[in-house]
Amino acid sequence: MINPLRDPRDRRIPRIAEPSVLVLFGVTGDLARKKLLPAIYDLANRGLLPPGFSLVGFARRDWTDQDFAQVTYEAVRQHARAKFRDEVWRQVSDGVRFVAGEFADAAAFGHLAETLTKLDAERGTGGNRAYYLSVPPRQFPVVVRQLEQAGLSDQHAAPGWRRVVVEKPFGHDLASARELNDLLGSVFPHHSVFRIDHYLGKETVQNLLALRFANTLFEPIWNRRYVDHVQITMAEDIGIGSRAGYYDGIGAARDVMQNHLVQLLALTAMEEPVSFDADALRGEKEKVLSAVRLPADLAEGTARGQYTTGWQGGVPVSGFLDEDGIAAGSVTETYAAVRLGIDTRRWAGVPFYLRTGKRLPTRMTEIAVIFQRAPHLPFDATDARELGQNALVIRVQPDEGVTLRFGSKVPGSAMEVRDVNMDFAYGESFTESSPEAYERLLLDVLIGDPPLFPRHEEVELSWKILDPIEDFWAAHGRPEQYPAGSSGPPGAAAMMARDGRAWRRL
Amino acid sequence: MMIDLPDTTASAVRTELVRASQRLGGLTTGMVLNLIIATDESKQHDAVRAASQAGREHPCRIIGVVARDPKAAPRLDAEIMVGEDAFQMVVLRCYGELIDHADSVVEPLLVPDTPVVTWWPGAPPEAPAMAPLGTLAQRRISDSAASERPEQTLAHLAAGYRPGDTDLAWGRTTTWRSLLAAALDRPHGDITAAAVGAEAGNPSAELMAAWLSDRLGVPVRRDVSDGPGVTCVIFVTSDGEIELSRPDGRNAMLSRPGEPDRYVALHRRDTVELLGEELRRLDPDEVYGEALAALAAGGRAAGAR
Repeated sequence: MINPLRDPRDRRIPRIAEPSVLVLFGVTGDLARKKLLPAIYDLANRGLLPPGFSLVGFARRDWTDQDFAQVTYEAVRQHARAKFRDEVWRQVSDGVRFVAGEFADAAAFGHLAETLTKLDAERGTGGNRAYYLSVPPRQFPVVVRQLEQAGLSDQHAAPGWRRVVVEKPFGHDLASARELNDLLGSVFPHHSVFRIDHYLGKETVQNLLALRFANTLFEPIWNRRYVDHVQITMAEDIGIGSRAGYYDGIGAARDVMQNHLVQLLALTAMEEPVSFDADALRGEKEKVLSAVRLPADLAEGTARGQYTTGWQGGVPVSGFLDEDGIAAGSVTETYAAVRLGIDTRRWAGVPFYLRTGKRLPTRMTEIAVIFQRAPHLPFDATDARELGQNALVIRVQPDEGVTLRFGSKVPGSAMEVRDVNMDFAYGESFTESSPEAYERLLLDVLIGDPPLFPRHEEVELSWKILDPIEDFWAAHGRPEQYPAGSSGPPGAAAMMARDGRAWRRL
Repeated sequence: MMIDLPDTTASAVRTELVRASQRLGGLTTGMVLNLIIATDESKQHDAVRAASQAGREHPCRIIGVVARDPKAAPRLDAEIMVGEDAFQMVVLRCYGELIDHADSVVEPLLVPDTPVVTWWPGAPPEAPAMAPLGTLAQRRISDSAASERPEQTLAHLAAGYRPGDTDLAWGRTTTWRSLLAAALDRPHGDITAAAVGAEAGNPSAELMAAWLSDRLGVPVRRDVSDGPGVTCVIFVTSDGEIELSRPDGRNAMLSRPGEPDRYVALHRRDTVELLGEELRRLDPDEVYGEALAALAAGGRAAGAR
């Protein structure tokens, strides 16, 4: 049926989800408190949640609906972007329910089913449910099986839709990723599985698509004829914090590189999709990921490190091996760098350098496309001595924006050329109207719009890139050490130096 | 930083503006638009404040043009403010004959190569696209609710409509229209009639009624209530009535046949939010143009009142 009130030219009217329930497993976690619950409020505040929308928390806590509403209230007051409004809170809190229980307890899931049926009757949620698994991956199987056995995943038993949302990590290698996919696939159809990589919900990452495909300026030089190399960096200034239990044995490459950095690489390097449909976009990403080539010599083309005691931003901090919950002889890396090639006509011979690490000097994520030097400079050798390479930098976070670096004459009577930066910062990061990544992604889940969620094939391809590196590392030595607050292990710098290049300063 | 320039010229203002932004490190680079505010002294303060807040989302150069005593000798007083927020602001006070030629002062002060929007926070000119400060802009924002007789103003705006015109009274309907459109995304009976309830003389209600009648092709009754603003919209369908009602300007209830009533927050948005929405897109709002035309053509079924 065509809705006469909808018109593609009417850009003021947003998409609003159908009346639905978000069932949140893992409500006591950091992610729920800092991101998910505030995002729900912010969506309601922007008028994007449907009347009747309900939120059900499930956890091993002796809570009533009111207790969970109070937890939600506190999370919203502390972390929501938008101003607090009583009427918006009323809309959210009216639909808050809590189900107490263990994941292993079938009766608790029976209780969950009753709660959901009651919500359908009381609030008209029409059988539409999104199950958000904000729990450690080892608990996925039991939760998914319980949902199945309680009849909560059945796509045909009731009207409406059933969707499942999972957070990274999507496995810890190719085999476990396949296992996870088989598990999810045995209970939910593929199009009902939403994998969240919150980087893809970020404005700047989506802006990368606009930058590349809405302009005539960049695409002609976006290839091996002009690009010298690409650096994709995600640096964190924090340590592992309270994540020791998860982090030890996982490490920086699996934690960050496999998902965020590989996704950024795919968006930077992919060919132009014929449309921004989920299939077209994911198809292009998969094509380019399947063309990624690992360095021939993994010892020379990768680097890893572990932070040691040091000073980070003026504060003394302990080393990785001294953190609570880390095994004394742990060989888990907190810094990882790798050089990748892409075997396509566009990128042959252009290295893509990926790096990520903890306890680095700053928190910063960027994609830097570094261009080749001009083939000839009609200046005296000394005039352009300070001229570097032109660069286009997409700053993902913080300080979101785009920087273009090029040479410019230094004012004065002599001809002297030096690098300058041209900057665009779409002052959005501090405004109420710029949505958090999780808002966008939650809304897309409720609407059922998949382009920003990686498909299983992408996950498999990224593990195919990572697995040989992890295997090599496991068999050869241990991570180098780097003092907390420094810019990484010497091996990472040496890896660049061998190619005659250097990392951008953090 | 604030600079006062009494009895001055456009070129002097321009020189100072460039100097001031250079002192703060060349802020013009990130400007995404020019916002001209055509106003009188009484509305100047609030309008400029709203614009500077909207400017956080849309970094812009704000040029306030204040008409002063039309009988005085022609004179220009200027005030420049360059702040840490992502905006620059110039307030121009025009006296005497200069009032009719304010565009000659404004034009040299626009950030080049960047879109221009003109906003009339008070009673709008009859044809915004023809008004001196309107000809400079590709997007013109009026506010029919700020005029003495909104219905008459809407009629003028309809007669003088050019693509690129828009009205804050139309923006005020967005949250309503979103919920109504979402309500019709779901299966419903055939719609045979509709009604919009609002306080008398509310231009948003007039525009929304015209839009509904235009889109649905059914008669739309205009009911007068005590307000505030729009208070309810009803679709009469073959299955019963779908109703969205908001008696207090804040809390709304959506009811549909055979389903539980659903509560929804629906506050009346302030000028900053409305302006922010207007500045988000700078291409013509064709749907507004059609609603305005339908209103002027008596798109509400004849005699429905």
